[in-house]
Amino acid sequence: MSKHVAVVVDHFQGQAPGATWEPFTPARDLAQALGGQVVAVVLAADGQALAQEAKARGTDRVLLVEHPSLADYRTDLYGKALAALAQEHDIAVWLFPATTRGKELAAWLAAALGVGLLPDVFEVALADGRVTAKRPVYAGKVWARVEAPLPAVVTTRVRAFEAPEPQAADAEGIEKVALAVSDSPVQVVAYEKPESEGPRLTEARIIVSGGRGVANAPQVPEPCAGISDPKEREKCIAQEGFKMLGELAKALGGALGASRAAVDAGYISYDHQVGQTGKVVSPDLYMAFGISGAIQHQAGMRTSKIIVAINKDPEAPIFKIAHYGIVGDLWEIAPAILEELRERGLVKT
Amino acid sequence: MNIVVGVKVVPDTAAQVRVEDGKVTWGEAPLVLNPWDEFAVEAALQAKEKFGGQVTVISMGDEAALEALRRALAMGCQQAIRIYDEPLAQADVLVTAQVLSAAIRKLNPDLVIFGRQAIDGDTASTPAAVAQVLGWPFVGLVTAFRGFDEGSKTLEVVRTLDEAKQTLRVPLPAVLTIAKEFAEPRYPSFIGIRKASRAKIPVWNLAELGLEIQPPRVTWPEVMQPPQREVVCQFIEGETPREIARKLVDKLIEEKVL
Repeated sequence: MSKHVAVVVDHFQGQAPGATWEPFTPARDLAQALGGQVVAVVLAADGQALAQEAKARGTDRVLLVEHPSLADYRTDLYGKALAALAQEHDIAVWLFPATTRGKELAAWLAAALGVGLLPDVFEVALADGRVTAKRPVYAGKVWARVEAPLPAVVTTRVRAFEAPEPQAADAEGIEKVALAVSDSPVQVVAYEKPESEGPRLTEARIIVSGGRGVANAPQVPEPCAGISDPKEREKCIAQEGFKMLGELAKALGGALGASRAAVDAGYISYDHQVGQTGKVVSPDLYMAFGISGAIQHQAGMRTSKIIVAINKDPEAPIFKIAHYGIVGDLWEIAPAILEELRERGLVKT
Repeated sequence: MNIVVGVKVVPDTAAQVRVEDGKVTWGEAPLVLNPWDEFAVEAALQAKEKFGGQVTVISMGDEAALEALRRALAMGCQQAIRIYDEPLAQADVLVTAQVLSAAIRKLNPDLVIFGRQAIDGDTASTPAAVAQVLGWPFVGLVTAFRGFDEGSKTLEVVRTLDEAKQTLRVPLPAVLTIAKEFAEPRYPSFIGIRKASRAKIPVWNLAELGLEIQPPRVTWPEVMQPPQREVVCQFIEGETPREIARKLVDKLIEEKVL
């Protein structure tokens, strides 16, 4: 029986998102149950720092595959490199974080190895030589227990496991492995980096989110006063409202979210959308401003630890899943919260 | 450029999906073309309009899949094929990928397009697995086609990663998934709907695909209702917004989320 647990380190040009280290927590338990080791796998052009951090997160061994072609992630290249490692090493469970790259690679690798794939799990264990896990399906409206024989490929739901705190570690156990596959036929010709500030939605501990209600200002904000077209004026007002919510999010060290209704109305760009057809998030604190709480929105945020809803309508469905509710005007409440945070020195800079 | 677009039928996003007698049910809620697949169909039709060729829509599933196939036909796909056989009812990602790959090989396209994930299983795994089985390049979450070089049969695409947008040159044949930013999916035209309702949609079974499949490796021994959140909303009131804000911040500190 194979016995080691591999964790594939997700990164973009050497920068690892927070979710990268989360699978190391279940990896430790699985390795213990198997009587094997936790083996981190780093594929990169220059992966020494990632390998070092993997050690610090509680790894017995690191397989470090470095090659200039690995600078640009391509699914087939990375997948083939992993499949080659699978031939040489006795891996029972392959773990990836369920990030964009993690999900693609896990699917590719499972197909290459002809083994079972358990994606996006929030619980995982071994029972009778099988991997057994729980995962949300139907946007979390239902949970499924899923099982596969060993070896198996698993992706861990982002923020479902807490990453181990980094410990002091030496470079022992970092093994350099040559890349045994040729470059992908897919070539990257350009990158365009977005000017983003603060944490990403899926990783943020705090999310401040706005809905259609953001367009209902009691007074038309200054920059929108001169706009005569009612549709354009409404959009302008909502955009000013999202600016205000963005300031609150920034003050809290959080990210700015939005409902589908707000995105569809053109108030804010799609990359902020939370919900079934946007991003599924699970922060410690989710503040919903002017969001009624359609089932599709709830599907994207209902596992948040604490939900605060601010809405004019006391009957809004969002209050049924909120821990704290404020029936009131978000244009008054949001600035008041910001002031309060400032006065108490709670603003993150 | 011949294009295959793979789609799935799913319960509508507004469906109250729940577990009854150990089974998933969505009551009377309608089955629809998976919302992410609408973007895939749109991208396939745009590729055809830009680069020529035709679009074939395929779906693996029982007769319920016809709803998705007819919607895609109504949007403008030229041809639809349903793939089904008894043993496929319990298919996992691996089996699905093998079956779809066999159908795709038979259709011999230049480009295969999928949505980013199906909103029922939410695995987001089948497209990359199909690419692996076919041995073709895979690019996920494509937001735009930049151009096609006929000589080298290379498609230039933009994809989104969390960290950046990437422009890539992809030699065809290849497998792509499409992100929502690509374009708003078109509505079916009246003529499209009429055509789709009359279309004959052939069914390919495993024998037709020359395929023998293994039992699925992944099983679902149990589905369950997530624990109900016993939430009683605590309403915060006050004379002024500041007073409300103060009380809220107190609560959030108490909850250790600030």
